[in-house]
Amino acid sequence: MEPILTITNLTKKFGYLTAVQDLSFTINKGNVYGILGPNGSGKSTTLGIVLNVVNKTSGNFHWFDGNISTHNALKKVGAIIERPNFYPYMTAYQNLKLVCKIKEVPFEKIEEKLEIVGLLDRKDHKFRTYSLGMKQRLAIASALLNDPEILILDEPTNGLDPQGIHQIREIIKSIAANGTTILLASHLLDEVEKVCSHVVVLRKGVKLYSGRVDEMINSYGFFQLKATEQSQLLNILETNPTFGKITTENDLITAFLNEPMDASTLNKLMFEKGITLSHLVKRKESLEEQFLQLTDNK
Amino acid sequence: MLRLLNLELQKLLLNNVSKVLIFISFILPFTVLILSSIKINFFNLFTLELGELGVFNFPIIWHITTFFASQFKFFFAIVVVSMIGNEYSNKTLKQNLIDGLSKKEFILSKFYTIVFFSLLATILIGVAAFCIGMYYSSYKEASIIFRETNFLLAYFVKLVGFFSLCLLFGMLVKRSAFALAFLFVLYILEWIVFGLLVWQTNMELAEKIQNFFPLKSMYKLIDQPFQRIMMTKFPEKMDLAYDYAVHWYEIVIVLVWTAIFVILSYKLLKNRDL
Repeated sequence: MEPILTITNLTKKFGYLTAVQDLSFTINKGNVYGILGPNGSGKSTTLGIVLNVVNKTSGNFHWFDGNISTHNALKKVGAIIERPNFYPYMTAYQNLKLVCKIKEVPFEKIEEKLEIVGLLDRKDHKFRTYSLGMKQRLAIASALLNDPEILILDEPTNGLDPQGIHQIREIIKSIAANGTTILLASHLLDEVEKVCSHVVVLRKGVKLYSGRVDEMINSYGFFQLKATEQSQLLNILETNPTFGKITTENDLITAFLNEPMDASTLNKLMFEKGITLSHLVKRKESLEEQFLQLTDNK
Repeated sequence: MLRLLNLELQKLLLNNVSKVLIFISFILPFTVLILSSIKINFFNLFTLELGELGVFNFPIIWHITTFFASQFKFFFAIVVVSMIGNEYSNKTLKQNLIDGLSKKEFILSKFYTIVFFSLLATILIGVAAFCIGMYYSSYKEASIIFRETNFLLAYFVKLVGFFSLCLLFGMLVKRSAFALAFLFVLYILEWIVFGLLVWQTNMELAEKIQNFFPLKSMYKLIDQPFQRIMMTKFPEKMDLAYDYAVHWYEIVIVLVWTAIFVILSYKLLKNRDL
């Protein structure tokens, strides 16, 4: 696979505080990556370093094959950091024109990208008259101007209203569907779960996990069960080695699997034992549950 | 280079405040120059015509116009510090870097703009002085006209040096108002150091050292012309004589300072986390 960004042993210290510690991971072409972590876990610092605005303390990173200077590589990257930063006294069109000049791309792209984010009819309005949602959409248009190899988004839905969040997510999804590599930093897990195939999990600047979302923790999922003969059901589950931890909440029993088993097998087994289930659901842990499990364990 | 200049010009010329300030810094010295060259009649009591004093004669006109025009450099200094301050307050500096501008290119785009406007100001003043001189001057031989045009070079170097200092202060404190205050502080500081030098050594040595100070060295490029005007009026008074010429070493000192200011600005930005 073609690497887009390679980070090796990256460390950043702010005085006594270590914001990023010995971080290594690789971003490959074509995947959608999420960087997960609570606030202050070093997500933005890491992105700041690779985007040339924060100086690293030690370690290395390189873009693409490593034969290109960082600022030239960034011309092939689209990035949005926290808040949209533009010149308030310029119109949307003028702001994007300036970005075109920096990235050395033709001006024809401007209208095309404004169309994508739905701002074409407001292109001649000054940036300061925009709402936060519109500003964020303009930032996305700006990041797309050079048809980037990779799109980096840092908390793109922060501070937006539900409608704005929805709009931004739709735009991100359609970009991902086009095959653009995306790196999305967020603490909103459902956001990451919906679009990402790979994740990097950080806590206090240390990497806890990097890899595919569905392999994040070793788990075969769990069953949620209900039956009128509750004590009998519990008894069977506890004696069966297939099941690990079993919890009961009200009359809902949750049984975690130690080895794979599908729902119909379980149903058959229960029927043979003479128990009729009134509720049977097989689930995998959500990203949120996995994430909490991962960050609690260490 | 043109790309970087083009970038900065777009940032400046679309901003109304800087547009007005740039306009003032170019038009004001121009207007003052024109106004002073016309005959002013004070209620038939007396007429004031500066041309009659011989101040518009070649070659002294080069000295006088560049000296007075350089007093208006402060307006453009505001533009320079605010073009840095705005980049910080709008966080567009960060965005520019993310978009693929290098830190070096960022400083260079500011510096090219400074050079561009200094050059423009020099050309404007040069043309204006030439026109007024051609109209008023008693001597119109080419050899006299083009004598002392090195004041124009001094004017250009002085502007570039001063604005580079503003650039450094802008980068240092990130806020326009504080940067301007720093200029004032530096001015006072130079005089305090000068005072200490006079006290510790002697006047002659102190003055020599003072000529190496950043602000003083810029001022020294074009000495005040009043004494020279007096000299032309009273040529017999020998004690008025002073050295007003532009010397190559004065230009070198300011150029060295300019290089220091620009390189320091770059180092500052390079080591800063945004």
